[in-house]
Amino acid sequence: MTDLSVTIGGLTLRNPVMPASGTFAEGLAEAVDLNCLGALVTKTITRELRAGNPLPRVAEVAGGILNAIGIPSKGVPHFLEHTLPLYRTWAPPVVVSISAPTAEGFAQLAAEVSVPGVGAIEANISCPNIEEDGKAFAMRPISTEAVVRQLRAATSLPLWVKLTPNTGEIAEVARAAEAAGADALVVANTILAMSIDLQTLQPRLGNVMGGLSGPAVKPIVLRQVYQCARAVRTPIIGCGGIATTADAAEYMLAGAAAVQVGTATFVRPGAMVEIIAGLDRFCDARGFATVAELTGALRREEADEDDLAWVAPTS
Amino acid sequence: MSTGGSEQLPDRAAFRPRASEETAIILSNDLVNREYRHMVTACSAIASTAKPGQFFQLLCPSLPGEAPFLRRPMSLYGADPARGHVEFLYKVTGAGTRGLASLAARDEIEILGPLGRGFTLDRSWRNVVAVGRGAGLATLGPLAQAAQAAGIGVTAVLSARRPDLVVSDALFRSRGASVLTVTDQEGTSGPAHVERLLRGLIAEDRCDAFFTCGSARLLRVQQRLAREFGLPGQVAMEQQMACGLGMCFCCVRDFNVDGEIVHKRVCWDGPVFDLAEALP
Repeated sequence: MTDLSVTIGGLTLRNPVMPASGTFAEGLAEAVDLNCLGALVTKTITRELRAGNPLPRVAEVAGGILNAIGIPSKGVPHFLEHTLPLYRTWAPPVVVSISAPTAEGFAQLAAEVSVPGVGAIEANISCPNIEEDGKAFAMRPISTEAVVRQLRAATSLPLWVKLTPNTGEIAEVARAAEAAGADALVVANTILAMSIDLQTLQPRLGNVMGGLSGPAVKPIVLRQVYQCARAVRTPIIGCGGIATTADAAEYMLAGAAAVQVGTATFVRPGAMVEIIAGLDRFCDARGFATVAELTGALRREEADEDDLAWVAPTS
Repeated sequence: MSTGGSEQLPDRAAFRPRASEETAIILSNDLVNREYRHMVTACSAIASTAKPGQFFQLLCPSLPGEAPFLRRPMSLYGADPARGHVEFLYKVTGAGTRGLASLAARDEIEILGPLGRGFTLDRSWRNVVAVGRGAGLATLGPLAQAAQAAGIGVTAVLSARRPDLVVSDALFRSRGASVLTVTDQEGTSGPAHVERLLRGLIAEDRCDAFFTCGSARLLRVQQRLAREFGLPGQVAMEQQMACGLGMCFCCVRDFNVDGEIVHKRVCWDGPVFDLAEALP
């Protein structure tokens, strides 16, 4: 038995596996014991009521899906009165994903959801910033630093900052978030993409463009986790195309302290539970006493002959 | 969702799944006509408790050159808890169902279910009418057995392009239902003709409620008649789905709830909805 617990910016989780925001709701409890998970991450909430995007909102592509759901949100009162009490009936800490169109809006929302029962706030700063011509906060270090500084001042809860993979300077963005007081970085979000239906000659998403997720994005986001892990000391939560134990182990070796699983849950609701058991077996097989030892254990020196006897995770 | 600060919140200490993610075994997967296949699978006790109107998410095998990434929602055609079976009736329309059609007896299929809210029968009803078309005929099929068990008579109005493409008729008849078949080929499937049939059933006191699936035109006819005669009804809706568990919000549709247009998730709030609230 491996010690699977991890501590992410002051918050201790029983294991390093949790859902990615947007891909989880209480419906998963129909098929999966949510008490097994490391944390429960809510869908992103906003202060304003949002209906979401026109349909179709999801399109299948090779190795994954595109989505443009559009962050439907019932606002803060609904979250505090309904969602939070419901999620608190399970044991894992509740991580509240929030989004806003301005830095000030982010701070206000963070303050409003900083209530007992919330374990951490995950600021989804991959959303458009209306003060920067719609460019996502996390595209640039300067806008990242500005929004995270306001968030930091607004809440004493652990503050996780979710970065976008759609930037060419993710390490600099990670440093800016760290400098402004982030307790953890979630790396990353979906990759901006599109697809066209050749029968109808129309975009396959109602919103035309959407985010690519699933196994197709894993090598890209894995590289970004590696880049961020080399740039900051803040814990990193890897998120991008994780579907198996092997994927999760790769992310941790590249520097992630925990992982989020999203699209894979749509195909296999039990994916997270399988990955938790698989990480236990992997650590056992490779002689890691704690799962935390995997974080950043990537080897770059030449291995000895014995080390080349690679033991693959069994599932 | 029925949760709130003042309501009783559930105890999570003992986990009891209501939907099972599992490997089922194909018992048969045969053509029933030129378009539809009937698949019978051996499954777990949980899966076989599926109720009419509920659905499963099937992980369809991929044929060469095709790779359906997501599961495919498939409404229940039959469930037998005693034998541990669930059945599906499907038309081959895309990559997912082409993969399903390739399965033979003893093959495996990954299923997830039962999912969603199904039909409900009120024991005070004496007779109900089921109106379906296309894939909706399969969805309505299991109502036949449930209504028979509840002592409720059924008239099934089954619509298809041609008489040889009507499905579920034998199932309804075997459960004592009256079956009226209407087809495009015979010129009997238009809404005006179906409305005449339904008005006749109402006049004969054979319609305490409507159940429908598979046709927006026929849904509108029933909504009009339900309003006119003060009849209740339920409709099983379709929508492209991803997760099937109410998580992704991909399958929302508009519903008219007390004059307000609201989004509901077909997979989670449905797929069976109040006839009056549905917007075709």
